[in-house]
Amino acid sequence: MVSPAVAVLLIWMIVPLAMTIWFSFQQYNLLYPDRTGFAGIENYYYFITDFRFQPAIWNTLRLVLGVLAITTIGGILLALLLDQPFWGQGIVRLLVLAPFFVMPTVSALVWQNMFMDPVNGLFAHIAKAFGGDGYDFLGQSPLMSIIIMVAWQWLPFATLILLTALQSLDREQIEAAEMDGASVWSRFIYIILPHMTRAITVVILIQTIFILSVYAEILVTTNGGPGTASLNLPFLVYLASIVDNDVGMGAAGGVIAIILANIVAFFLMRAIGKNLEH
Amino acid sequence: MPRRISNSQKTMTTVAAWTIGVLIFFPILWIFILSFKAEGDAIGTPLHVISSAWTFDAYGEVQGRSDYFKHFWNSVVLSLGSTLIGLAIAIPAAWSMAFVPGKRTKDLLMWMLSTKMMPAAGVLVPIYLIFRDLGLLDTRIGLVAILTLVNLPIIVWMLYTYFKEIPGEILEAARMDGASLRSEILYVLTPMAIPGIASTMLLNIILAWNEAFWTLRLTAASAAPLTAFIASYSSPEGLFYAKLSAASVMAIAPILIMGWFSQKQLVRGLTFGAVK
Amino acid sequence: MTISVRALMGACALSALASVAAAETTITVATVNNGDMIRMQTLMDDFYAKNPDIKVEWVTLEENELRQRVTTDIATKGGQFDVLTIGTYEVPIWGKQGWLVGLNDLPAEYDVDDLLPAIRGGLTVDGTLYASPFYGESSMVMYRKDLMEAAGLTMPDAPTWADIKAAAAAMTNKDAEIYGICLRGKAGWGENMAFLTAMSNSFGAKWFDENWQPQFDQQPWKDTVSFYLDLMNNYGPPGAANNGFNENLSLFQQGKCGMWIDATVAASFVTGADSTVADKVGFALAPDNGLGKRGNWLWAWSLGIPAGSQKVDAAKAFVNWATNKEYLALVASKEGWANVPPGTRTSLYSNEEYAKVPFAKMTIDSINAADPNAPTVDKVPYVGVQFVAIPEFQGIGTAVGQQLSAVLAGQTSLEEGLAAAQQLTVREMTRAGYIK
Repeated sequence: MVSPAVAVLLIWMIVPLAMTIWFSFQQYNLLYPDRTGFAGIENYYYFITDFRFQPAIWNTLRLVLGVLAITTIGGILLALLLDQPFWGQGIVRLLVLAPFFVMPTVSALVWQNMFMDPVNGLFAHIAKAFGGDGYDFLGQSPLMSIIIMVAWQWLPFATLILLTALQSLDREQIEAAEMDGASVWSRFIYIILPHMTRAITVVILIQTIFILSVYAEILVTTNGGPGTASLNLPFLVYLASIVDNDVGMGAAGGVIAIILANIVAFFLMRAIGKNLEH
Repeated sequence: MPRRISNSQKTMTTVAAWTIGVLIFFPILWIFILSFKAEGDAIGTPLHVISSAWTFDAYGEVQGRSDYFKHFWNSVVLSLGSTLIGLAIAIPAAWSMAFVPGKRTKDLLMWMLSTKMMPAAGVLVPIYLIFRDLGLLDTRIGLVAILTLVNLPIIVWMLYTYFKEIPGEILEAARMDGASLRSEILYVLTPMAIPGIASTMLLNIILAWNEAFWTLRLTAASAAPLTAFIASYSSPEGLFYAKLSAASVMAIAPILIMGWFSQKQLVRGLTFGAVK
Repeated sequence: MTISVRALMGACALSALASVAAAETTITVATVNNGDMIRMQTLMDDFYAKNPDIKVEWVTLEENELRQRVTTDIATKGGQFDVLTIGTYEVPIWGKQGWLVGLNDLPAEYDVDDLLPAIRGGLTVDGTLYASPFYGESSMVMYRKDLMEAAGLTMPDAPTWADIKAAAAAMTNKDAEIYGICLRGKAGWGENMAFLTAMSNSFGAKWFDENWQPQFDQQPWKDTVSFYLDLMNNYGPPGAANNGFNENLSLFQQGKCGMWIDATVAASFVTGADSTVADKVGFALAPDNGLGKRGNWLWAWSLGIPAGSQKVDAAKAFVNWATNKEYLALVASKEGWANVPPGTRTSLYSNEEYAKVPFAKMTIDSINAADPNAPTVDKVPYVGVQFVAIPEFQGIGTAVGQQLSAVLAGQTSLEEGLAAAQQLTVREMTRAGYIK
């Protein structure tokens, strides 16, 4: 039994999903209005057997794991630092929070042109000042470059959640441990980290949801390339449905993406879901 | 009980924290600087950029080319509208999930979140066809509906984690006092939930403001928000660093300022019940 | 909350009223953010003076964004736009589908016979003109006269690829950040594939044989790409795999390229105010290999009217204004002849004032040297010089472009890249039903 409110919510969300499933079995290319009809599993077949499909899956996972690694570890370190007393705490908080508000398209444009450009970018200028050469970020390490852009946007989110968790920690507990002669490291492992487990879980869960569907950064910078080096699943769906104008195949890709997302969600909940319980 | 910290330790922390803070903020600071430069200077070495003349030209040119305030107003209407409607739908649903949980409530929530991971490109044409038939293309109402839909899973989940923190005994006490469901929500629950609702609202305003797929592809001239404004500067012919910087500053400044002013409320809710 | 919703709806209603009261007919024009189109938007006072009852709303987007946006709309008959900016790739396909309004009935002052025959031919399907060219372009060599002189070389008006290689080698000075040649490397059917397809024509390569069999496994393509790699790896700028038209333009404007082979419209930018090398640029025809075809393309950004538009008359008035001879004169009077949208009208090239513009002659010669109906050495079943005018080409061209971009970035070998290109093209063409 679900309440009426939940029922409204479900209908609101099921309609687009149902449409996607319906179209995924149709032959429908925008540029061939007269070729329509039931397509069976052809759309799925062509989507999965595309040589770009496997690289896309792996890149999707690499992107998620890369960003999670940077933001969680970086976030913990940063939270520990910002939790210490220092002058200007309020302002530094604002500075750290800022990237979270920046539009993904703007962030990608700025990183690509003003920073990572191998001739006119800031990194290239710095390298040249030290006698080096500009590094071709997007050509040589395309996926890493995108991970950096996305991580920059999500680091504030992770840091602030972890910082809030840290601040709720009972100080006396730490001080007691300090007096017992516990080292900094063991205080971190046995007191601080367990206290932050739930917050870390939330960071991982929320970020996974958003990073699995990253697409704007790729569209603006590398278009998935060179080759398939930075192609992820949402971008492959974009290529099918918007560049190829193949609505049926795009829908099939969307369904596959949801299935994979559910698999990821299932394992994620198995692995860390317990941390969310009280 | 405050810890005693030596001044030298505090100084070192201050230096470290400020260094990292400025580094993280630097890309934003840099486009802010570039936006006040001439195109020819903006592409030079960092030293040249800093030492060259300051000018408002880039802003003048951007404002001359695009109707910034129209896009800005659309962004405001879309992010506020979709957030308010989203809350209106999500509050009752999250409330019933939190207080009258069924066996499958958790799975339901997880499933809802997973639909958020569906690539929007996969449903563009079906949605476009529906919008065409309902006359919703390039209307703010249509976009508000779609942005609500996109962010609903997050809204519901955030509210759910919040509501769950509210002790059930309070509700039972109120019920025993003869409070109706409506007054229960209105007088008991709402005051306790306001901080959570406020931060959910803020987060969703940010997400809606920055949404760049639907807002570009379902709009033309009249309902296009700032994301479309940016798309006309993204890769123009010739030198463009200063103009792109100016347009970027104009697009992110309103949401950045709002975020800064409300960061306390925002952060409180962002914890998704992770902090007790 | 009710109050806010009501306020919101009130605001919507008010703005709806305001737009009704403002003008008789409002047309929405979708266009790309290229310089000539931006300039057009600043000259609208002239249009409003001539058409006081028409109001124009602009939707200006980056090229790829615009193309996709407009394709979705026209294919679903969404009716969001009254005038579309489209290219020679879209017009034949959409015209055949019946998606565009025929423009044979534009007023006499439009003077359709004045349009350059090659450009007009590319926009005509079965005798009906489906879009009016706003500017036309081919591609040519732009080079630094000062650097050539310093190297003791002269650039022939019609160079061969060997000349280009020699010049690139002589001009390259990586310590001074001068790269002998800048070419497109960014993946996309309209980016690196436009250049490489045009280049391949001069090497005798082709996309498909007469049975629509893809030809990437043949020697001419291998020759094309290995020559391109040789040029770029030895004399090209770093990060070339991400350079498209715009990136190369800024490099050239900053004086970092010795040569650049790209769109003829770039000529007015590299000789314009933003350019640090404006007075040092020379022009030459795109190179050849003595096989009878040059490596130059043909393209026209054009204005078309979607068949679903409710405001065809107003839209036609706008198309006529923006693409007739008077508009060229208007731009000339306000911004000088060098900034007139090039490559659309015969009369422009017989104009004595325009002949003084340094790149005028080379532009028209380049345009005349391209033939979309016989793009390459052999006979082929398709139309289009740097593209293949079939609906599948956007997807295939982009995917092949990615492969070749990866080859340029050094992430895959030439053989692997071409083999992958061949394989994916065969697959897509089979699925689309061309290969039986």
